Amino acid sequence: MAIPKVEELRVSVASEPNMFTGAVPKADWQDTFTEFKEGNFAYPAKPEMVEYHGFPNSRIWSPDEDDWKLPDGWEKIILDGLKERLGKFRSLKLYMDICVRCGACADKCHFFLGTGDPKNMPVLRAELLRSVYRNEYSVGRKVLSKMLGNRPMTVKVLKEWFMYSYQCTECRRCSVFCPYGIDTAEITMMMRELLHLVGVGINWILEPAANSNRTGNHMGLQPHTFKQNIEFLVDDVKDITGIDVTPTFNRKGAEVLFITPSADVFAEPGIFTFMGYLLLFKHIGLDYTLSTYASEGGNFGLFTNNELMKKLNGKMYAEAERLGVKWILGGECGHMWRVLHQYMDTMNGPADFLEVPKSPITGTVFKNAASTKMVHISEFTADLIKHNKLKLDPKRNAHRVPTFHDSCNPARAMGLLDEPRYILDAVVPKWHEMNENCIREKTFCCGSGTGLNTGEIMELRMRSGLPRANAVQDVHEKYGVNCLANVCAIDRATLQPLMEYWIPPTGDDPMATTDVNVIGLSELVGNALVMDGEIENRDQGLRFEELVTDDTEG
Amino acid sequence: MKVLRPIIAVLLLIVVGGLLGMSHGTQMLAGVILPSIAFLVFIVGFIRKVLDWSKSPVPFKIPTTCGQAKSLDFIKADRFDCPDSKSDVIVRMFLEVFLFRSLFRNTKAEMHDGPKITYGPNLWLWLFGILFHYSFLTIVIRHMRLFTEPVLPGLGFLEYIDGFVQIGAPVLYQSDLIFLGCVTALFIRRLIAPQVKYISLGSDYFPLALIFAIGTTGMMMRHLFRVDVTAIKQLTLGIVTLDWTVPANIHPIFFIHVVLVSTLMMYFPFSKLMHMGGIFFSPTRNMTNDTRAVRHINPWNDPNIKPHSYAGYEDEFREFMVDADIPVDKPLPPKAEEPAEEAKED
Repeated sequence: MAIPKVEELRVSVASEPNMFTGAVPKADWQDTFTEFKEGNFAYPAKPEMVEYHGFPNSRIWSPDEDDWKLPDGWEKIILDGLKERLGKFRSLKLYMDICVRCGACADKCHFFLGTGDPKNMPVLRAELLRSVYRNEYSVGRKVLSKMLGNRPMTVKVLKEWFMYSYQCTECRRCSVFCPYGIDTAEITMMMRELLHLVGVGINWILEPAANSNRTGNHMGLQPHTFKQNIEFLVDDVKDITGIDVTPTFNRKGAEVLFITPSADVFAEPGIFTFMGYLLLFKHIGLDYTLSTYASEGGNFGLFTNNELMKKLNGKMYAEAERLGVKWILGGECGHMWRVLHQYMDTMNGPADFLEVPKSPITGTVFKNAASTKMVHISEFTADLIKHNKLKLDPKRNAHRVPTFHDSCNPARAMGLLDEPRYILDAVVPKWHEMNENCIREKTFCCGSGTGLNTGEIMELRMRSGLPRANAVQDVHEKYGVNCLANVCAIDRATLQPLMEYWIPPTGDDPMATTDVNVIGLSELVGNALVMDGEIENRDQGLRFEELVTDDTEG
Repeated sequence: MKVLRPIIAVLLLIVVGGLLGMSHGTQMLAGVILPSIAFLVFIVGFIRKVLDWSKSPVPFKIPTTCGQAKSLDFIKADRFDCPDSKSDVIVRMFLEVFLFRSLFRNTKAEMHDGPKITYGPNLWLWLFGILFHYSFLTIVIRHMRLFTEPVLPGLGFLEYIDGFVQIGAPVLYQSDLIFLGCVTALFIRRLIAPQVKYISLGSDYFPLALIFAIGTTGMMMRHLFRVDVTAIKQLTLGIVTLDWTVPANIHPIFFIHVVLVSTLMMYFPFSKLMHMGGIFFSPTRNMTNDTRAVRHINPWNDPNIKPHSYAGYEDEFREFMVDADIPVDKPLPPKAEEPAEEAKED
């Protein structure tokens, strides 16, 4: 799908008539329908992927065709599924009942800000489901259907669920502003679960989920390839610093099992983050192991249904138990930490075979992870810095002027806000915050979370990422910010193209793809570490970039 | 139509109330029986709804964290926006229920050329909302004078405060004015703010129109028709003491008011107005953010969902793992077979 040139999209997002720019659609939302066409939907799941997960109704189909080849009696399947979920999730039942449509959420959604599509206002996204719920359950539905805004379950409604539950990244920004805390993530999750009951899902989620299940990681890297990829990174670290940071794999008896999103192992710029982890662990002499079996921190089940989420997540504890480690350390990832912080212990705990995490370097006991036994790398690193256990030279990051992007889930489903900032303070000479309405609990999503970072919807992603890109551009222009630090693998995969699109390069460097590069926080940590026995006058960063050397001080 | 029909419905209710209120024969129905039933419907409906919510479990602990969590000693936690203990949750809920904390965060996003998105403060909804709710509460409490004898302690003081500006006789209550002003503002907001207009349903306009009519008829009783309060109190007190009487000479406007209020009570448990009870149940607000420290139990957690086992994984990849010097649990089968394979390749 061709994506418009940035010059064109810059004009059209601001001037095209839509609900956000001030134009009001003539027809009621119940009477409108957005056609599916190449570019506005993610490709449907391949039949073999649907079958792999044991989901029903595997077939070849496409959203832009009229007939979605739904199974016989699909309406009943959906309505029964809804009933079951109303009985299982209080959040769903409550949020179906109590919304007053005050509109506070409307302009909080990045998809709405970028597309102006009224059905991307969180309240209307939820009404797509709520209208059916009311049609089934509200008192007076027989006589007052129109006034209550009810709709029977039709193919058109189902198609809208598909379109708009995959134009939501479950980022929870709307729920921060909702006076009742209504969380669209809960609603989107339910709509996606229901759609899977009739075989409606996208490939970019189900295939990585299948890979994660079989090979341990979402790219489907087999154990030897996984190890090999890391060995390449070890070689690079050796070339840059002169230090051998070779890790162990699947080693029984290690103190700590380290799990990070597999993207950090094979894709730029995540690999540089991984090099940062390797240096950090070497620096402190951590007794840790990696696992090829539990080689995926991310969890594509979260984007599918709660059963698959539990199944994929189960590997972490299973592997920790098999290897006999004491506790688990988790790398930088947003939705991974949503699962670890809010779901893992409930789903797959209690992890009695593990110990309450205790930093072997500082002795700090992580009481906040006493039951889950899993610590976030930023918590771990901040604690090391606080206790002066790291020899850091922030000047090695003098060529970086970062701003910090809070990822949705660590911010709004965990409350991990100041640990990364504490680390940033220690590893770079200076950095700058974005607009206060775009950071911390009010942070904007990268626009491509929950399995939407697929190429066929690139324009949509650039639009939904606009609020984030816009805030970055602001600090880029004001303070010369030239890199976007974060603690999320999906961010590293999606913000880079977002920056390349909205903030194209203006300098002389012919190799530059943007003025603001995306960088994992641990890369900045690793790059600032002064290692024992490192090559003298190290002059390269972890990307082989030239370090700014300050001769006057040298 | 979305706007007109609810208004017509309210007008019809006014006509019905007026008709019933005109003859003494039907005043018992409109003034005593209907509100009694309505009150029962309200109570029973409210409780049933709450019980219905309670029946569904909260499988996962999903607070929306709106501040720094409690983690390391040297990182300052934001206790009330990211509560770690029950007492912190109580404070968070207090702030939500009594101060509309989350709505107070509201911003207004605007698109400018560039593109440039700006986020300005937007407190009108919070202001109208909170004034509306508090004036409504004040009015409901003031009405307790009609249902208690001797009147509840403190009511006189509340009335004194509420009539502090001392305008008119009988004195004009500020809460009445604020109440009507806010209802009107909230109604107009739905008509003129394009995004809100687009999402509004008939069931959003109806309660506002109904409440407006309730406030207006209430004020008309007091300031325009100067109804016989002693007679009304005889009726209302009779309702609660089950001594049902309708004194003569109560102005029909009273019955209109009562029919409207009864409608609101009966409508309440089956509508979005249940946000009043629902806010206390919202899992994103009423839970502690301590999921990693204390295990939360999901009653329907399925123990049969297991991960793809390590053994199965190793069986599939054992050869590769051994080749790559990755430790395995089960060794490869004896090497005796290998020459045969090599021979084949040759």
